[in-house]
Amino acid sequence: MDKDKLLRAYSQLKTIREFEERLNVEIATGEIAGFTHLYAGQEAVAVGVCESLDDKDYIVSTHRGHGHCIAKGGDVIDMMKEIYGSTEGLCKGKGGSMHIADFDRGILGANGIVGGGPPLAVGAAIAIKQRGDKNVAVSFSGDGSSNQGTVFEAMNLAVVLQVPSVFVFENNGYGEHTGADYAVGGDLLKRTEGFGMPVFTADGADFFSVYDATQKAIEHANAGNGPSAIYAECPRYFGHYVGDPQNYRSKEELKDIRENQDCLKIFRAKVIADQSLSEAELNSADEEVMKLIDDAVTAARAAPRPVAADVLEDVYINY
Amino acid sequence: MPIKTYRDALNEALHQEFERDERVFILGEDVSGGQAGSAGVVDAAGGIFGVTKDLVNKFGVDRVIDTPISESAIIGAANGAALAGMRPIAELMFADFIGVSMDQIFNQLAKFRYMFGGKTTCPVVVRLPTGAGMNMAAQHSQTMYQMMTSVPGLKVVMPSNAYDAKGLLISAIRDDDPVLFFEHKGLYNDKCEVPDEPYTVPIGEADMPREGDDVTVVAFSRSVKFAIKVIDKLAEEGITCDLVDPRSSSPLDEETILESVEATGRLVVVDESPPRCGLTADIAAMVASKGFASLKAPIEQVSAPHTPVPFARELERAYVPGPAHIEAAIRKTLA
Ligand SMILES: Cc1ncc(C[n+]2csc(CCOP(=O)(O)OP(=O)(O)O)c2C)c(N)n1
Ligand SMILES: [Mg+2]
Repeated sequence: MDKDKLLRAYSQLKTIREFEERLNVEIATGEIAGFTHLYAGQEAVAVGVCESLDDKDYIVSTHRGHGHCIAKGGDVIDMMKEIYGSTEGLCKGKGGSMHIADFDRGILGANGIVGGGPPLAVGAAIAIKQRGDKNVAVSFSGDGSSNQGTVFEAMNLAVVLQVPSVFVFENNGYGEHTGADYAVGGDLLKRTEGFGMPVFTADGADFFSVYDATQKAIEHANAGNGPSAIYAECPRYFGHYVGDPQNYRSKEELKDIRENQDCLKIFRAKVIADQSLSEAELNSADEEVMKLIDDAVTAARAAPRPVAADVLEDVYINY
Repeated sequence: MPIKTYRDALNEALHQEFERDERVFILGEDVSGGQAGSAGVVDAAGGIFGVTKDLVNKFGVDRVIDTPISESAIIGAANGAALAGMRPIAELMFADFIGVSMDQIFNQLAKFRYMFGGKTTCPVVVRLPTGAGMNMAAQHSQTMYQMMTSVPGLKVVMPSNAYDAKGLLISAIRDDDPVLFFEHKGLYNDKCEVPDEPYTVPIGEADMPREGDDVTVVAFSRSVKFAIKVIDKLAEEGITCDLVDPRSSSPLDEETILESVEATGRLVVVDESPPRCGLTADIAAMVASKGFASLKAPIEQVSAPHTPVPFARELERAYVPGPAHIEAAIRKTLA
């Protein structure tokens, strides 16, 4: 991977991390409405996957969608404005944190219905196949989401139709307050293979591992071999939502994952060790990110607010 | 009498019914919580709104079943268990997730008794946290009960206060028919007097929390709370209203509504759902056809607009029909 690309990947990881860390602070002020699910800890998955994609590839995200959207090129300032509920947000303040979409970037929306996304990705993959394009449609699902019938149906349909979908499973150990080891019957990986597609396993705290797995999935699709899956175990640093008391997790676990499963630390160690990037280069990337996040919050706070009449807009195109 | 929240009243009803009847059990996502978590505790959640708190500690994991995120299977399993002689309660984390489990609700649960010639009962209760007010946007804020009201075979209940919440949930659990039980998220912290002992509130009997002469206001779920606020304020001006809280939309206590309209001659119907084919339209149509002669003014319907529920605070506030909308409608019928 060339230097620019490496630096860009690192900046994306850092942007997601700081976006989420900052939201965790800002939400406490009461300025941001609703429920917010933070992606911190899982950045390597979103960035590892999306660095292999371009604007003509599609992704379908989840309730924990900020990371996927940033990684796929969603504008950080416009995302922040959406989370603050401004009319200048990506969805004009109608969707909020759980429903960020940017169709120009191939982001077909964060989805508040667990398991709602994978069938949509299969549909996007049908469109790709019918147009004869060499692209993929990626769905992100959690360990919890993997238990929805809609996800099974989507995987089976993709295999039957041999369309270029990539089912990414992010196992962060929990679906809300319940452990994956309880809720997932059998083995998530083997279960997915059982549908008749290859599953590429990746270390969800290591960008390079996820990137390699994604390259394989894309090669598989481009060769006309249809769908595949990526399975990555990854840590979730915050609670299910901001404010979650996390009675189900031990303090030790929280401490351990911050120390030992930090995709930023792991990335830095690797690129410094093989001398592909310098400490100074990484630090200056950090500074740029911090400024971007500051700018985003400042802009979002000052951005125009919706008025009551806006409720009635955008229900239909023509009615 | 002790004062309790809507949430605690529901929790108490569950505890008492679990105690009374061994066939009662509950299944849903995080109804206990904490299974296979690193903290090694169960009851880490007790339901994400805390309604099932402590049940697992008393009644165990066989009767307080945490499920994977699989709404079709949750409702389907409740239906099957009921056909096999149990009294299941299914919890969907948000009423909106009816969407995922729709077939099991309206093609299965609602149809069994009729389709099988009256030979079976399917005594399932589905508990459904409902409504807007938490800025949770389009997929986590809907009322849904207006759609379910149109399905023959389902009973549809929506308590507006803690007293009714307990009594209606006990009735729902003891009812041999399927009951969809809609708990408004914006009411969970509301308090009133709630007896400690088990009691029932009959499903299908309206309550009349305010009585007056000038206008009949019919309101459902959280709208009842807003209507009370307005009615008490207008009383200071000498405008008095009957407030009818039907407490269930199916069956509907038409008699109480018609009797009240006969006395007042004016009707305002309030509900948080969108207007088309909804509860306000349903009741307006019923009164227009059965109570037309009593009406002195056009019926006023106060509902949400025909839009999904928006996210931003300003937008959601404008979406939910609140006290100001209700007051304007009451004044309009008197103009
Ligand atoms: C159909 C549906 N059921 C339940 C929920 C509530 N819910 C939101 S996120 C979540 C847990 C999802 O777990 P997982 O798929 O592992 O994703 P994670 O939160 O870990 O990112 C649940 C149960 C929902 N939004 N939609
Ligand atoms: Mg998870």
